[in-house]
Amino acid sequence: MSQVNALQRPPYRFDAEKWRADFPILRRQVNGRPLVYLDNAATSQKPQVVIDAESNYYSQTNSNIHRGVHRLSELATNQYEAARGKVRRFINAASDREIIFVRGTTEAINLVAQSYGAQNIKAGDEIVISTMEHHSNIVPWQLLCERTGAVLRVVPINDDGEFLFDEYRKLVNERTKVVAVVHVSNALGSINPVKKIIELAHRFGAKVLVDGAQAVPHLTVDVQDLDCDFYAFSSHKIYGPTGIGVLYGKAALLNAMPPYQGGGDMIRQVTFEKSTYNELPYKFEAGTPNIAGVITLGAALDYVSAIGLDAIAAHEHELLEYATAAAAEVPGMRLIGTAHDKASILSFVLDGIHPHDTGTILDHQGVAIRTGHHCAMPLMARFKVPATARASFALYNTRPDVDALFAGIAKVRQMFAK
Amino acid sequence: MSDLRELYQEVIFDHNRKPRNFRKLDPADRLAEGFNPLCGDQITVYVKFDQGVISDVSFEGSGCAISTASASLMTEALKGKTEAEARALFENFHSAVTNHGCAKCDDLGKLEVLTGVAEYPSRVKCATLAWHTFTAALDQKDQPVTTE
Repeated sequence: MSQVNALQRPPYRFDAEKWRADFPILRRQVNGRPLVYLDNAATSQKPQVVIDAESNYYSQTNSNIHRGVHRLSELATNQYEAARGKVRRFINAASDREIIFVRGTTEAINLVAQSYGAQNIKAGDEIVISTMEHHSNIVPWQLLCERTGAVLRVVPINDDGEFLFDEYRKLVNERTKVVAVVHVSNALGSINPVKKIIELAHRFGAKVLVDGAQAVPHLTVDVQDLDCDFYAFSSHKIYGPTGIGVLYGKAALLNAMPPYQGGGDMIRQVTFEKSTYNELPYKFEAGTPNIAGVITLGAALDYVSAIGLDAIAAHEHELLEYATAAAAEVPGMRLIGTAHDKASILSFVLDGIHPHDTGTILDHQGVAIRTGHHCAMPLMARFKVPATARASFALYNTRPDVDALFAGIAKVRQMFAK
Repeated sequence: MSDLRELYQEVIFDHNRKPRNFRKLDPADRLAEGFNPLCGDQITVYVKFDQGVISDVSFEGSGCAISTASASLMTEALKGKTEAEARALFENFHSAVTNHGCAKCDDLGKLEVLTGVAEYPSRVKCATLAWHTFTAALDQKDQPVTTE
């Protein structure tokens, strides 16, 4: 993000105001104040075209997919598979077969840990993660280690919240079988050098899973360029519905992996003696999927693509710089996460004030932020804080939103002043 | 929505800044640890009895203003009470902060300043953590209590 230079930035106010109008929820009030929504890393709001896509599906097309001979089933199947193509193009995967629809990033990681892990991980193998992982990229690997006797290794970070590549270089070796690393940290905003991380892991034959939940809404992701083996993200953080997510996996790996769940749609033939499994991607999509969710995710990706991730990233980066400069002026405000390469997230603590109190008082001003450990308790321990307050930006946020945040912080400090 | 000052009354800021009975009791007759994993709040509550009456009660830990003030106010309210009286007070307090209304609100004394949390469901746990930990100490539970 830091490579975006000032000249390339679009005229920010005009565009953001225009984008903002696409999101009906931003016109409502909260606690008698206009909503200032800065909890986008938890979930983003939805534009009208996304809301309409879900409504249109249920009012015009609703039917089950992949098995009906009737017209609506064909339409629903076509729309569902068309959305798979949109996802494939969005992350530049080589083939639609490499796009598996799951419930979210968490399920995608669990799928890999259970299916790939069961087949390939044994006692004494090592799995490498980083200090800044979300619990969803820690616990599935811990469970795998418990089952197999494999060992979890953790790459440390520095005080700015940056991945320590030299430490990683010391940790990765021929025993390393999987490296699972977050692309953009949900609690810090740090952008990790995943391409370099992958390149080094591959030299030792390890496979790499990238948790892209916070990356996909903010930066262009090209899975072929990264050469990652698996990439996971959630629809609801990129303006799509909740309950749907994507696992990208290289076809050769997915083909060799055993099914994750058994059921309808994932089989080719079933007898009581033995079942044979369907081809990719259906082998990993047992049961009736979230059809509406998938089609609506497709609409969300169309929306983002029409604006362009470069424009979104430049706008969010400018907001982050504006907020970071404002934070420097607030006595007793400490940013948690000051990486050189950073996206969209301003995590902070105020001297002598618990983040929960900050969150409640900001909520009273109509400002919605997240407070707590952000499902990254080991990271909180690393920074020796119980929790942080986190403001996170999306394409529809504007400088007045940031101003409202800092007016709220001033009010918090005033209430807690002796 | 109620006024923010109904939640954050001056008494709460006072007890947050200068928590009363904020110390370890060694030896204590009973003690328990409490934990709110959502906020990262941690507390240890110590209790001493003398002839069936709570002669001393104290706490250590860290938390938000509501949870610190609630723990501090609790220690003040509990001294001199029997176990049965203490449990009855918690029941009364719990009912008041969870918006079920209290049968004997007059009996709450200074604890009444915390009843504003009833309007903030996400903060009720902050106000009750110390109390749940106290009752765990009475029950001599081996496991730390959590509000989750």
